[in-house]
Amino acid sequence: MDAFQWLYSDIVKDHFTNPRNVFDPDKDKDFKPDAEGMVGNIKCGDQMMFMLKIQNDIIADVRWKTYGCASAIASTSMLSETIRGMNIRDAYHIKPADIASRLGGLPENKIHCSVLGDKALRAAIDVYLEQHGRAGEFKGEDAQIICKCLNITDKDIEEAVRQGAHDWHSLQEATKIGTVCGSCKTKAEELLHEFVHIYS
Amino acid sequence: MNARYVYMDYNATTPLRPEVRDLMVRTLDVYGNASSMHELGRVARAEIEEARAHVAALIGAQNPSRVYFTSGGSESNNTVFNTMFLIGRNQKRRKIITTSIEHPCVLNSAAHLRDEGFPVVFLPVDRDGRVDMDAYCAELSPDVLLVSVMAANNEIGTIEDIKTIAKLAKEQGALVHTDATQAAGKIPVSVEDWGVDYLTLSCHKIYGPKGIGALYVRERAPIEPLIRGGHQEDGVRAGTYNNLGIMGFGEAARLARAELAEYGQNVSRLRAMLRGLILERVPNVRINGHPTEVLPNTLNVSFPGAEGESILLSLDLEGIEVSTGSACASGSLDPSHVLMAIGLGPELAHGSIRFSLGKYTTEDDVRYVADKLPPIIARLRRMSTVPAEEIIGEIRTEGAHPEGAK
Repeated sequence: MDAFQWLYSDIVKDHFTNPRNVFDPDKDKDFKPDAEGMVGNIKCGDQMMFMLKIQNDIIADVRWKTYGCASAIASTSMLSETIRGMNIRDAYHIKPADIASRLGGLPENKIHCSVLGDKALRAAIDVYLEQHGRAGEFKGEDAQIICKCLNITDKDIEEAVRQGAHDWHSLQEATKIGTVCGSCKTKAEELLHEFVHIYS
Repeated sequence: MNARYVYMDYNATTPLRPEVRDLMVRTLDVYGNASSMHELGRVARAEIEEARAHVAALIGAQNPSRVYFTSGGSESNNTVFNTMFLIGRNQKRRKIITTSIEHPCVLNSAAHLRDEGFPVVFLPVDRDGRVDMDAYCAELSPDVLLVSVMAANNEIGTIEDIKTIAKLAKEQGALVHTDATQAAGKIPVSVEDWGVDYLTLSCHKIYGPKGIGALYVRERAPIEPLIRGGHQEDGVRAGTYNNLGIMGFGEAARLARAELAEYGQNVSRLRAMLRGLILERVPNVRINGHPTEVLPNTLNVSFPGAEGESILLSLDLEGIEVSTGSACASGSLDPSHVLMAIGLGPELAHGSIRFSLGKYTTEDDVRYVADKLPPIIARLRRMSTVPAEEIIGEIRTEGAHPEGAK
């Protein structure tokens, strides 16, 4: 099976069996993060938590925990290595595809698993920004327009889902997406599904 | 790669046993078309009929000619449901009763009939996986065309009371089908004792080749071909005889029947050993399936706090092959429908592992698994956002009794 062959690429296997920066209940009991972010839902089968120490907008140290599959563990391990020492703005804009390529690629149905680590990291950075009176500072910087008629971005969809729009009808009520030409519906529904999984 | 290799996924499929393999190699040259009248055809036909008798004997069918060879369990099940479609579409009696824990080929065949306008009921099961008999009795009526309940479940191993289910169905004049794919060769199967009209079998679950199965059809029970063509199999299943598969099936069935008692004793002893070692060494686990009415080889365990695909792949790295009810392994977001049907909740279903043992499993295999498993669970739980104790605690307050909870 293709889905299983990739998992044994040396990089993924290494990060799965020896995950970097994973929270250790014994060794890390004194780890005091400046910000924490948690996304996902165990009912959907995976959950991810990031803990960050931040000094002068630089990620000084990081720990994470997950209830997740092997590819979630490997991709979050890789992500945690990548962001250590990084400016929080750059870290905020890391794309799941970057992490997947560092791992030597992930199959289509596993991209979702690496998205969760990225979302948890952003959630933690958002918490940090909020604590420092800078709420939403990085938001919208890398938004992608989904609905060209009404200029609605993936970030708008994400925000609507976070505010409780969990189906197409309520997403339309919240954003008016797809109410003009309707050609964005397939892409928008994919995003809706993804965000509902992450935030519900 | 690994020092040791332990296959514990016998419910998924079994290796070809050497005796069957030898027979198949010997019969590779029996190329005659069993439909031909000449000598070569007659030779092939004689061997096929001998194989049919062995398969009939395995399921206690008195008349071997009521056993039809198919390409496997899915085709057998589809043939039954297709027959129900053809006879039910023009009559009032067309209600279909099945269960929520069937194999996907039955679930999807039943859903197809529902889409075609047939009333279809998916019966609930209890926490052990047994059909809710009150719900079943409430659904029975003279409108019921077919009751289809699997003999034993592939994921949790629970054995259904087919004899009682069939008796109740017969009182309403309904037809009865059972998918015995997982039961045959593991527990005694008897179409006469159970009183079923149709029974599905697959060969690759009993140490025979893939691509061959059978459907038993009782005398006078209606049956329509799914595959139309020549007159093979009395017109019930067209297509040139699969000599090699059928002969392999015959030998696998003969051996399975001869060794049934010995097999049952062996694997149930090993299952008990594995179960005991897991309960002793891994805290906070739940054993799924019926405590006594369960296949002797199937052990399904939930490890809350550890995700199933991660457990599976960690075991795989140690050379141990199992399966999981986790969604992540299936490529969907939904965990096993069977584990959800027994009321586990996603927290337990996503962290479940099925160990299915077989005739080549040894005590050393069991010890090896019992040595490798506990540190894997401990490692995944240590990095988990979800404490196992909390999940087990929730179940406890629901009134169930998880085993090994501390």
